[in-house]
Amino acid sequence: MKVMNLVQAINDAMDIKLQEDKSIVVYGEDVGVEGGVFRVTEGLQVKHGKERVFDSPLAESGIAGTALGMAISGMKPIIEMQFDGFSYPAFNQIISHIARFRNRTRGKYHVPMVIRIPYGGGINALEHHSESPEAYFGHTPGLKVVIPSTPYDAKGLLIAAIEDPDPVIYLEPKRIYRAIKQEVPEEKYQIPIGKAKVISQGEDITVIAYGAMIREVQKAMVLVKEKGISVQLIDLRSIWPIDRDTIGAAVRQTGRALIVTEAQQSYGPAAELISVINEEAFLSLEAPPKRLTGFDTVIPLPLGEKHYMISPQRIAWEIEKLVNY
Amino acid sequence: MFDIKTLESYQAIDNKLYQVMDAEGKLVIPKWKSSLDNEQIVQAYRDLLFVRTADMMAVAYQRQGRMFTYPPNLGQEAIHIAAGLVMQEKDWLVPAFRELGAWLAKGVKLSEVFLYFRGHEDGSRFQEANRVLPVAVPISSQLLHASGLGYALNYQGEDAAVFAFVGDGGTSEGDFHEALNFASVWDAPVVFVIQNNQFAISVPLAMQTRSKNLAVKGIAYGMESIMVDGNDIFAMHDVFSFARDYAVTNKRPILIEAVTYRAGAHTTSDDPTKYRTSEEEEEWAKKDPVLRLQKWLTRKKLWDVSTEEELIASYRKKIDAEFEIAEHYPEYNIDDVFGYLYEEMPDELKRQKNDYMNFINSSGGVK
Ligand SMILES: Cc1ncc(C[n+]2csc(CCOP(=O)(O)OP(=O)(O)O)c2C)c(N)n1
Ligand SMILES: [Mg+2]
Repeated sequence: MKVMNLVQAINDAMDIKLQEDKSIVVYGEDVGVEGGVFRVTEGLQVKHGKERVFDSPLAESGIAGTALGMAISGMKPIIEMQFDGFSYPAFNQIISHIARFRNRTRGKYHVPMVIRIPYGGGINALEHHSESPEAYFGHTPGLKVVIPSTPYDAKGLLIAAIEDPDPVIYLEPKRIYRAIKQEVPEEKYQIPIGKAKVISQGEDITVIAYGAMIREVQKAMVLVKEKGISVQLIDLRSIWPIDRDTIGAAVRQTGRALIVTEAQQSYGPAAELISVINEEAFLSLEAPPKRLTGFDTVIPLPLGEKHYMISPQRIAWEIEKLVNY
Repeated sequence: MFDIKTLESYQAIDNKLYQVMDAEGKLVIPKWKSSLDNEQIVQAYRDLLFVRTADMMAVAYQRQGRMFTYPPNLGQEAIHIAAGLVMQEKDWLVPAFRELGAWLAKGVKLSEVFLYFRGHEDGSRFQEANRVLPVAVPISSQLLHASGLGYALNYQGEDAAVFAFVGDGGTSEGDFHEALNFASVWDAPVVFVIQNNQFAISVPLAMQTRSKNLAVKGIAYGMESIMVDGNDIFAMHDVFSFARDYAVTNKRPILIEAVTYRAGAHTTSDDPTKYRTSEEEEEWAKKDPVLRLQKWLTRKKLWDVSTEEELIASYRKKIDAEFEIAEHYPEYNIDDVFGYLYEEMPDELKRQKNDYMNFINSSGGVK
């Protein structure tokens, strides 16, 4: 075991896989010499060579499209979109080709690749550096979408994503890149894609969240504990495939559900989760399932983030309202 | 002066760089004359000093924790001041994010620039500046807007040009190529300016392209293309004057590659020592655009360097005052988040805002 933060855990997963599987390459903007603007690929070029870890020209559509070519011919590219907002120029390649190639060729070709994207707000960044695009990708048939919330999960989920035969969007909650440290096994292990995790058991209410919001919910849990409320916390981990069984079973136990996402509300992941809850636990519900999400607004520049980002106090407020419904 | 004849002898395909004065501020084109008079040149030098001071102070404010991420302009200021001298009121300026001097020339207030980089959208409102677009963070995306603006100028029968900026790294994006092609096919009067500062964050130009220079990219789209010394304000002014005139008269786009160097970090979050040598930085420091004009002026006895310190001190006061306007801007409130999305706020947004206000009221102001 070794103490790591998320950045180190993600780096470690790539390092292990690069070592083990020569078909893997890592590329994107500034990932080589610089080791990425967040230093997530630091040291990988020196260790594994310029042919396997390298800087590409500045073009996201180019990065994604070329990765498809590599992937269908037996390589396994891990590509980086420098920030969430810069995955949008790659949208055409991701939605129109990467997600569909298996289907279009009736299984003759498949696209084993990982698209890593630092995402989310709360870091006082410029415009287009704080987006939560998971709904776009989760909405797209043919993609898998995962989001870790701890270093342990970050490593295991990334290894699973790299070993997955299909394209995986791997969203990295940049706000907690260095905020959480944890003991992580030094060897290889997988966290299965499509499985949520029950982080803590509780009787009164189920809260479902993922990524950087997990930590905020945990802070809220401390606040409501004083009021005698016990929370069952679920880390979704996979936006898609969604873990219907775990969600259904959990809400059947508590009868109450709150979904917390930083992503804006309409047509977002929280809406999907509430549908699943209605389908799986309707008769056990003691209150209408509730979502606490980002507003349906552009995520503001730093001075406005204090309004937009969801605080533990707001989560606690919603928990209390639901429990007292 | 740079005219259509000069253009013939500065073909991008021949890799020829248009330069008027060398790093020592000595003319390399014999008998060259500026279309600017001495007074205007001295004023241009003052403007260079002003933006350099403002830019360096912006970095300092960021270091003091009074501003967020900021992209320094250091070393590239001559391009912006020269563009400012040429752009007219009815011309459009379409920036990337590293053209401080050009924004100010268009009437953007320094306090607005500071406000924006302090993290407030109101800094993009440009109360008194018209025909200048806000910072475009997604690289090269703004260039297509420029081609559309150019089409609109033609359509509306206006004799004006669009000045559109992009970096060397930006020439790799698809939008760059689409924008040049559209402007050319549509005969749009756009002056495309590539600020080739040798780097896209850590990635050097050589990893961005195998073209022998960036100006040649215009040739493929059927447009005139010129490579200029971006640290030579006379050369930049000559070429911008020609390019504007050419674009407006012929209703054609034109491409300028301004060869320069990003002397500072990519942004205040970047550490260039990871990817380039101090020898390289020192080589380019010798070609500094401000120093170069200073040497020319001094030789011509148009400038007394000993007055500079006092002048800069007065600039610093002005700049501090502008910063204070930004720093004391009204508190960011919830309407700043919900505003400006639609002409009329949909009920669902009103409901979300209300929910939030209910929480704030119940929490005693805790957000
Ligand atoms: C579409 C997009 N991808 C990535 C980025 C992140 N990014 C910001 S600036 C930059 C490098 C830009 O280089 P260049 O075009 O040469 O302009 P310079 O910064 O040198 O002025 C990158 C990759 C971005 N802003 N937009
Ligand atoms: Mg550059």
